[in-house]
Amino acid sequence: MDWRDTGILLNTRKHGETSLIIEVFTPEHGRHAGVVRGGTSRKLAPHLQPGAQLDLHWRARLEDHLGSFTAEPQRSRAAAAMGDRLALAGLNAVTALLSFTLPDREPHPALYKRSEQLLDLLPQIALWPLAYLRWELALLDEMGFGLDLTRCAVTGATEDLAYVSPKTGRAVTRAGAGIWADKLLPLPPVLLGHDPADNPDIAEALRTTGHFLSHHLAPSLGDRPLPPARGQFIDRLARPAAG
Amino acid sequence: MSGTDEIERLIELMSRLPGLGPRSARRAVLHLIRKRALLLKPLAQSMQVVADTARECLNCGNVGTSDICALCEDEGRANGLLCVVEDVADLWAMERANVFKGRYHVLGGTLSALDGIGPDDLRIPQLKQRITAEAVSEVVLALNATIDGQTTAHYIADQLEGTVTLTSLAQGVPIGGELDYLDDGTITAALNARKPL
Repeated sequence: MDWRDTGILLNTRKHGETSLIIEVFTPEHGRHAGVVRGGTSRKLAPHLQPGAQLDLHWRARLEDHLGSFTAEPQRSRAAAAMGDRLALAGLNAVTALLSFTLPDREPHPALYKRSEQLLDLLPQIALWPLAYLRWELALLDEMGFGLDLTRCAVTGATEDLAYVSPKTGRAVTRAGAGIWADKLLPLPPVLLGHDPADNPDIAEALRTTGHFLSHHLAPSLGDRPLPPARGQFIDRLARPAAG
Repeated sequence: MSGTDEIERLIELMSRLPGLGPRSARRAVLHLIRKRALLLKPLAQSMQVVADTARECLNCGNVGTSDICALCEDEGRANGLLCVVEDVADLWAMERANVFKGRYHVLGGTLSALDGIGPDDLRIPQLKQRITAEAVSEVVLALNATIDGQTTAHYIADQLEGTVTLTSLAQGVPIGGELDYLDDGTITAALNARKPL
């Protein structure tokens, strides 16, 4: 068995003295793991940093084996991220969430494309938090827990949408919420695409999307807690000086 | 295969060392036996001494043969500079360069969500205590230029911000390095950190 594809490196683990087990996100083969022989060498190690874009060749005797990768670097994103705390926190959040949410070996080409675009935007850190928020909405959508923010679930109105139902992910207007308002999640204007938004606004919107990640998506994946990297990114974003 | 259980046992133990496998361990053991007086006995004695005395420095996390290592005991190094490294191998690498004349603090790893290593698993609380107790004026974050290393550096920087001057090692072209063989990330870092000649 073998295939060739491009992919985003999500994480690495040491395997023996000189090899690594890497986990990548590819357009055709989804989240896929494999061994890179000599991955800890001085030649290869700098290229095998999370977020790196790699040209991958996977081989295994049987389809369900772990198999091994030959990885050629296409471009690194580590340098762009390392110099900026917010960018680094963002890169960690994206790779950790992809690793956490994606099913093994199931292709998600649309999400892959969005993830690649998002990571390529890392050097433009002023734009990045909003792009991250939109990516996270796309991630929820791709995993089957998308939010419907087009109209009120109660009244059908499209104006004055102010809340999100924590159960259905549908928008609710102030009038529609009535006495249930305190049981609903806030719907920050930035989630409706109303620009401009500053980083604390985006952090608030991410707390709303976080509810669906932790209360809907995570239980479907075995009820593990969300990766802490996401929370660290939001904490940094929420600081007034961030960005 | 070697003739005695004791020698087999030695080969088996040696083969667990980094960089050695069963074949190379067998060669090493054979070499030691042939150089019994010159190598084997002094090695055995040294290993016994280290096995009896090696311990982690209570102050910095370096490995030495006393509770407080020689670097921490050296009053000449109490100059307000504290270099934070990931592990003891990094401390020894810094000492080989013979440039840094301050004290060290070994974290014992880096933050890693994948491996479940959080701030409480590293020696970060001790670092905060030392900054106050030893009147540290500058903390040099000499952590690896990896995503995990830099995530840890930024976390420590957040924790210490406003209390002390924070610096980190430069990133760029290594001595003897050829641009053609460098990854694009290193070239980007080197270009961003360019300096006037």
